[in-house]
Amino acid sequence: MSSARVFFVGGLLSFRAQFNWLSPWILVPSLMVSPVAQILLFAYVGRAAGVGDDRFFLVGNALNYAAIPCTFAMTFAISGERWAQTLGLVLVTPARRLPLFLGRALPVIVTGWAVAVFGLGVGSLLLGVRLEVAVWPSLLLAVAVTSVSCTSLGLLMGAACLRIRDGATLGNVVFLVLLVFCGTNVALADLPAWMAAVGEWLPLTHGIEAARSVAAGAPLGDVAGPLVRELLTGLAYGVAGLATLGWMERDSRRRATLERM
Amino acid sequence: MTRLTTRARQLWLCYRLQLKILLVSPFEGFLGVVFPLMFATATLLVYRVEGDPRAMAYAGLGAAVMGVWTSVTVAASSLLNRERWAGTLELLVAAPTPFLMVLVPITTAMATVGLVSVVVTLVWNRLVFGVRLDVASWPLLVLGVLAATVTIAMFGFLLSVVAVRYRTAWALGASLEYPGWLLCGFVVPVSLLPLVVRPLSWALAPTWAVEAMRSAASGGSPWGELAVCLALGAAYAALAAYLGRRLIESARRHATLALT
Repeated sequence: MSSARVFFVGGLLSFRAQFNWLSPWILVPSLMVSPVAQILLFAYVGRAAGVGDDRFFLVGNALNYAAIPCTFAMTFAISGERWAQTLGLVLVTPARRLPLFLGRALPVIVTGWAVAVFGLGVGSLLLGVRLEVAVWPSLLLAVAVTSVSCTSLGLLMGAACLRIRDGATLGNVVFLVLLVFCGTNVALADLPAWMAAVGEWLPLTHGIEAARSVAAGAPLGDVAGPLVRELLTGLAYGVAGLATLGWMERDSRRRATLERM
Repeated sequence: MTRLTTRARQLWLCYRLQLKILLVSPFEGFLGVVFPLMFATATLLVYRVEGDPRAMAYAGLGAAVMGVWTSVTVAASSLLNRERWAGTLELLVAAPTPFLMVLVPITTAMATVGLVSVVVTLVWNRLVFGVRLDVASWPLLVLGVLAATVTIAMFGFLLSVVAVRYRTAWALGASLEYPGWLLCGFVVPVSLLPLVVRPLSWALAPTWAVEAMRSAASGGSPWGELAVCLALGAAYAALAAYLGRRLIESARRHATLALT
């Protein structure tokens, strides 16, 4: 019961704290305007270059933008405690670490999912891309799996932020890597081989592949492979994140650097 | 010292100090260059699929200016909030130097970081993508880049003033990044955009600067586009000066200057 409370209530409180306790206004420009603008930017780049179609860019960029809330919010859920000088208080509690940090991940996953779905909905309306009603359940599932894997990457980044100070710069660099390497705007087959090989090991790549297939009408069974790979990639990053978090926590205690700015 | 040299000294010192701060900042210096560079990379990867060298050159030239827009809009929108959080806003407003004369060199320093991005992106495009720029007139092209830099700095000046009441203004600035790249025709011809949004493109000075750069590169006359670009930049500056005075007066009257 105690762990469930830490997971749900602790996670929700931590998430709310990211909006400075006062107003959700910050959501509008960062999580509603920017994803749609990125979708439109690359859809028009595609039109100008005569490459792909609007659906290709719509799905790729909507899912790519899910990485912003997933990685940034997860990073700041941990490093934000450090800046607020509350990390020591959080870690000194007897609460189990697994529900403590996974609880912080749940609202982040939901946000990433909602941002991508918003981008898909508004982007399809603006670009005139028709997504049949029948494809939405599978598409929503693919977005959810992708949000989970991106949040796992965010957990690893949050752990790294116990050592490095500039989480915002790290988050942006990771986002750029995902933009260029994961087949967001260019199919893996059209990327240089070494870039495609890197993309195979990153979250997002297989999620985008699966989402593009289901958006084009493929049944869910046909994309089970990419979805499972996406989930396994997320699981690997999640395990690495939790392990790094434990290591960084112990190391920070030993060096007394937990709250050093 | 005459009034003019005093003002020039103040502008230069303020510009130099801010440039130093920006260049050592990982977020505004490093990311100010890398963020648009990677978006230029993503854009050129799309153009590369068809492999048309003319289209690559078209996108490569425009993509180079994306960094100026990014450096200014993202940082300028939160400029006053940054001073406010640092506790220096009241000191700047109370100083005998007109407050607006403090803002202009700051946004110009931001645009200078963007100039670094222009050079880096052009070199990157050449080395990584083999984009060769066949430019008819380099001096006119450089003039176009400088016009883009100056007018985007003036746009940042306007933005910094307008966003003063918005508590999370940094998010507003970040959300202007992609629409600006699209509307200004950096990597997509404005003629491809829907008719309803084209007036927005025409109201943005960088649209004309990029057109001037393309004219200079192709051997045409860029003077008409440059004139419109600079006129728009002057209009941004005049509007920012007017609004800046009104907003500062209002903030003093309502005692909201230091409101965080």
